[in-house]
Amino acid sequence: MKTIISSTGNKLDSAFDLRFGRAGWFCLLNEKTGETTFYENENKDASHGAGTLAVEKVIELGAARIISGDFGPKAKELLEKFNIQMILLSDDSKSIADIIETIK
Amino acid sequence: MRKVVAPPGFRGYKPYGNRHGRKEHVDLLYEEYEAIKLADYDLMTHLEASHLMGVSRATFARVYESARRKIARALVETREIKSVFGNASLDHSWFVCEDCGTRFNIPDNHTEHCCPLCKSENIHFIKEQL
Repeated sequence: MKTIISSTGNKLDSAFDLRFGRAGWFCLLNEKTGETTFYENENKDASHGAGTLAVEKVIELGAARIISGDFGPKAKELLEKFNIQMILLSDDSKSIADIIETIK
Repeated sequence: MRKVVAPPGFRGYKPYGNRHGRKEHVDLLYEEYEAIKLADYDLMTHLEASHLMGVSRATFARVYESARRKIARALVETREIKSVFGNASLDHSWFVCEDCGTRFNIPDNHTEHCCPLCKSENIHFIKEQL
């Protein structure tokens, strides 16, 4: 299974990003291999529709679940439709590596 | 999977004034609560109720029987009742993990009913949409 984690930077010690559509980076974790890949969010400064575009990206990458701080109403509706699990964390002091550690 | 329209509005019931100290609680599953509600509160026939929950009449009768026995046991043996998720499927369900505080949804195609982060099964339904 693949998981997307919203991140403020492109390293494992980057802080977790509470925003989904406007997160700086997306970390794609492949749970089988433990591999992580970082993708820059090109739409983080879009004037509108950032959440929808982020969902498209997630589907393109084939992730089954997303860990973020919050999801907008449009993103939520789309993710529900595509059966992608949303996981909400409220603690932004965690790094990407910390979160990956808790999933394992 | 048994469809549950609305989960119980309580986390549990406690007897009071009991003379025999604390005992192990009884776990009432969401679908058992729903069965009692449909049959004894909404006064539906078992056939109607089974259609609503998306199971056969026989399965409904089994769930209902189990629910009644559990409640009877709790009353007679002065045990607490706790509502437990069980094998239910809820529309637009959001949950919170009691152990790590994570909130999450469970899409229709997921079969696991545990916290996606810490794998705890101690999860509870949150009523309001997030």
